[in-house]
Amino acid sequence: MKKIKFDIEKDNLILSINGDILLYDDNENKQKLYNAAQNDKITKIVIDATQLQQWDSSLVAIIFELAKIALKRNIKPEKINFPVGLDRLINLALSVDRKPAQILENKKTFLEYVGDWGVSVYNGFNKGTDFLKQSWQALKRLLSGKSVMRGIDLSFALEDCGYKAIPIVTLISFMVGLILAFVGAVQLKTFGAQIYVASLVTIGMTRIMGAIMTGIIMAGRTGASYAATIGTMQVNEEVDALKTMGINPVDFLVLPRMLALTVTMPILTMWADFMGMLGGGFVGVTMLGIPMQKYWDMSVSAITMDNFLVGIFHGLVFGIVTAICGCYYGVHCGRNADSVGLATTKAVVASIVWMIVMTGIITVACEVIGI
Amino acid sequence: MTESQAKIEAKDLNIGYGDFVLLKDANFQINEHDIFIIMGGSGCGKSSMLRVLTGLVKPLSGKVFVDGVDFTSASVKTKNKIMQGNGILYQSGALFSSMTLAENIALPMQLYTEYSSSQIKELASLKLALVGLAGFEDYYPSEISGGMKKRAGLARALALDPEIVYFDEPSAGLDPVSSKLLDDLILDINQTLGTTIVIVTHELSSIFAVGNNSIFLDGETKSILARGNPNELLKNPPNEKVLQFLTRGEGKNA
Repeated sequence: MKKIKFDIEKDNLILSINGDILLYDDNENKQKLYNAAQNDKITKIVIDATQLQQWDSSLVAIIFELAKIALKRNIKPEKINFPVGLDRLINLALSVDRKPAQILENKKTFLEYVGDWGVSVYNGFNKGTDFLKQSWQALKRLLSGKSVMRGIDLSFALEDCGYKAIPIVTLISFMVGLILAFVGAVQLKTFGAQIYVASLVTIGMTRIMGAIMTGIIMAGRTGASYAATIGTMQVNEEVDALKTMGINPVDFLVLPRMLALTVTMPILTMWADFMGMLGGGFVGVTMLGIPMQKYWDMSVSAITMDNFLVGIFHGLVFGIVTAICGCYYGVHCGRNADSVGLATTKAVVASIVWMIVMTGIITVACEVIGI
Repeated sequence: MTESQAKIEAKDLNIGYGDFVLLKDANFQINEHDIFIIMGGSGCGKSSMLRVLTGLVKPLSGKVFVDGVDFTSASVKTKNKIMQGNGILYQSGALFSSMTLAENIALPMQLYTEYSSSQIKELASLKLALVGLAGFEDYYPSEISGGMKKRAGLARALALDPEIVYFDEPSAGLDPVSSKLLDDLILDINQTLGTTIVIVTHELSSIFAVGNNSIFLDGETKSILARGNPNELLKNPPNEKVLQFLTRGEGKNA
């Protein structure tokens, strides 16, 4: 016998429920039942549960759907030997009288999507410029001695993005120098010019690669941590607590982090340059057979003040970019766990994108002024 | 001051977000030394009201006066000055997780007073002792229970001897005994320090135990449905909704 069986007799829909209804998933039968209940000819619905034994939520869901259809059509279903618990659950589900405060619009036209995107870009731009203004004002307050920034917060931030970042910067920069040397050597070997690997690695690292690698490492390590820390403070109402104490969150949370990263990034970039050269040297000396002294002399002669300073300037700019992106997304984080994850992701992506944009701008500027 | 002696006065407040209005034309006043309850069902706008009163969110329209000063459109400087006279206990305690309890309490004193660091240390210990947390100075928020976090949050709220203390759902997440202890603490603070207290809650036992004035917000009509002493409202409910709320839906006076 079918577990859920229905028949139409004249204008009556008679539903018989038999045996155990556990994890019932005959969707075709369910749909047929709902369609039958919606038929205009039906004026009476009878639910016979005489043969019903065990049941679970899958049966409650079916009866609830049926009850909603009946309610819409002003039909009061007649229930025969209906379990009391099942009846109470259906009544409970039907009795909820609260309406959502806002009707959520889930269907938008293409134009509406484009419009929403435009508005969100415009709002994002406004929020971004406002944040930059606030940061600038916070810096001015600090310089005029009116800031509430605490020295201890700056020293913690310096510690976090200073010497604690050295191991990862060391490892990655050494490996990048090593890879640059390997790749360069393959080409230079064909001309018997392996010795120029030293110049290649030195110029590459000091001019841009050291700064870029440090920037990417710090965006993933420190920028993400800024967004997550400030975002979590937002979720835990700690930022609200600061505001209601009359403490400007930009002075208190953003400024020390921004200053710390701005100070440490050029130093880390210098370190990355050195480690990259060392990585290149490792390949040159151990695999290409270049004497250590010769490699060192070639490296030193390839360093120019222009390249070195351009690299350090890149590091400084990347530090500012990473700090702004990390703090901006932290401060504008929502109030749930998902938002913290989203803020962290956005902070890293935005930092890297803006670093590339800034690299382009600096490169063009250097070209124009002839550096 | 305005013509009334209100500590806080809300005039024609419309509260909402974007196009969505939560409360319309809310008018009420909170007198000095009141323990004022903002109550109502879930989603009626209680917490939003608190955010407006504390200056975290601007109302859609209307004004909030604190000691007769227009708080809603005040300059940042005036606003900060008023905020320094307020203490707020957030639902989660909102303690700064990177600081010890003593450092949390010392922070507003370091920023806004001329006290020496040893005085601040003493005062922080005193505030902690007042909320029953003597000896917990060097603990971090992650090392104490939820109830203790709320007490520590209250100690921080009291750091600058505020004239007004706001509480956002103080009983939320607390066991009945801790909740009762917090209610007693609220009464003690009000009676001994004369602090005006504003509490957002729907916890009936707390409402009747501490409140001497209140408003009842209704999400459906987006308005204030009742006002007055909660115990009086229970005796003479002005409408069915208030009666249902104050009797846990039983519909008859306790």
